[in-house]
Amino acid sequence: MSETQTTEIASSDAQASEISIAEIIKNGLWNNNPALVQLLGLCPLLAVTGSVVNALGLGLATLMVLIGSNTIVSLIRNHVSDAVRLPAFVVIIAAFVTCAELLMKAYTYELYQILGIFIPLIVTNCAILGRAEAFASKHHVGYAALDGLMMGLGFLLVLVMLGAIRELFGHGTLFASMQLLFGPDASNWVVQPFGDNYSFLIAILPPGAFLVTGLLIAGKNTIDAALKRRADANKERPVKGAKRIRTTGHIS
Amino acid sequence: MAFKQVTSPHAHSAQNTAKVMQLVLLATVPGLIALTWQFGWGSFINIALASVTAVSCEAAIMRMRGRSVSFYLRDYSAVVTAVLLGLALPPLAPWWIVVVGTVFSIVVAKQLYGGLGYNPFNPAMIGYVVLLISFPIQMTTWITPLALLPLGTVHPGLIESLQIVFSGYTPADGVTGATPLDTFKHSSGLLADQIYAREPLFNQAMLAGAGWEWVNLGFLLGGLILLSQRIFTWHGPVGMLAALTLMSLIFWDGGSSSSPGSPLMHLFSGATMMGAFFILTDPVSSAVSNRGRLVFGALIGVLVYVIRAWGNYPDAVAFAVLLANFAAPFIDNYTLPRTYGHVDRRRATEKEDQS
Repeated sequence: MSETQTTEIASSDAQASEISIAEIIKNGLWNNNPALVQLLGLCPLLAVTGSVVNALGLGLATLMVLIGSNTIVSLIRNHVSDAVRLPAFVVIIAAFVTCAELLMKAYTYELYQILGIFIPLIVTNCAILGRAEAFASKHHVGYAALDGLMMGLGFLLVLVMLGAIRELFGHGTLFASMQLLFGPDASNWVVQPFGDNYSFLIAILPPGAFLVTGLLIAGKNTIDAALKRRADANKERPVKGAKRIRTTGHIS
Repeated sequence: MAFKQVTSPHAHSAQNTAKVMQLVLLATVPGLIALTWQFGWGSFINIALASVTAVSCEAAIMRMRGRSVSFYLRDYSAVVTAVLLGLALPPLAPWWIVVVGTVFSIVVAKQLYGGLGYNPFNPAMIGYVVLLISFPIQMTTWITPLALLPLGTVHPGLIESLQIVFSGYTPADGVTGATPLDTFKHSSGLLADQIYAREPLFNQAMLAGAGWEWVNLGFLLGGLILLSQRIFTWHGPVGMLAALTLMSLIFWDGGSSSSPGSPLMHLFSGATMMGAFFILTDPVSSAVSNRGRLVFGALIGVLVYVIRAWGNYPDAVAFAVLLANFAAPFIDNYTLPRTYGHVDRRRATEKEDQS
């Protein structure tokens, strides 16, 4: 019994050593970004990103839950049988979501009210269960926590960017009502580049979320394609044509 | 003497996209004349502004995509989209309304999906809906029709109209007003007869609202011209108009205070005729087969009535068309035409290799 367990641990550690820290960071933030590549957690992504403060609030809550759940799932990964694995993960995630909800209720009550149902709905965010299942349950606790942090940061960055673009084009403001998150000093952070009575409702409404998300994904793909082109250009190419010396015909 | 044996179909000459689009543009002229006669120069300016914007957007995107700019501009499809949007927008709308709507139509609804032939939704209606939900105030400010102008006033002339459109100064009170569908919708508590007796919009009209009936008749005329030129089949328009008539007959309860309005009003006011002949006949975003187009049109007719009668918006052609565009692939799936010579109907669940 103990022997099989140790071999399991050994095998999972061997697996863990296959992935490097740089790779985890790069995957979370760019290559395998939960919002732009995996397209997970679209419900909060599209629903609450009407402003920077909402996006930041939900992104931070998700980040916290993701780090916590990844850590705990990784710690118990060798003690849970396959049959109860998923329910156990969901219970762990739900526990962290409850913590996040209570914390937000205590410290940022107004933001908690604005985000409403989307805070408890973090439980159903596929990105979190996906990371628990695909990464944390197979890797060492340190790697799992880092993966949670990076995936959460990747998600948070996309959320904030979406929120900023939609707030800017929808209401013509940026960083409005940041006092909900950063205290009364933040109330004068608001920027209004287009004047007072600018409004373009479609950016705030759900269609705007889809449009901006689509454009962000397109932007990422464009950057990836450009990087790939550059890498290909730098690659040394084998010389085309005959390598033997020609003795007949026209030599160009 | 040997006769040349010619089998059907007897095609006259190749009909190319540019020719079709030019005919559609020509067919909008009666509607445009009616609009200009009844509501002033606004629609004219809308169309000009939208066309310039659409052509520049199309050219810019084509350049970005590395395609031939002149080839794609020469098919007139961008101009048709612009003209339809310009006709749908309220006359004397601020210039940026027209520009934003056209940019959305061409860039987002048409080119981002792959250009002409690939857009699942009608581009002009996407532009219209984006504007309607983003700028409700500007989009619901309609000019008073000619018959109802206060004594001694006329619609602003071309120069003054241009000033209104570009400088943003709003026309004086009495020059703008509600549309017939709007008036009818917001006169709850009155019998239909009382509304007709009270509102000049209705008692100065022959069929369905002063000014609006002429606009609808103009588009009806243009549509019939297109039909006679076989630009589209009768199935789509007839499906929509029949469904709208049927719905309004069923729910017209003789004109009680909660009646959604008579069939005549629904047929000849709002965007009914323009929608029936110019919008839902878009060959790209509508259903493909004849039977499918009948269903597609009927769906739009029912949706237009449902939203007009029980929804929040007074008119609903744009929303109905977009919803039906969503349904078009589904309709196509269940209305597969049978190749000539077969008797049984073809079922969507039929396997290809069954014989």
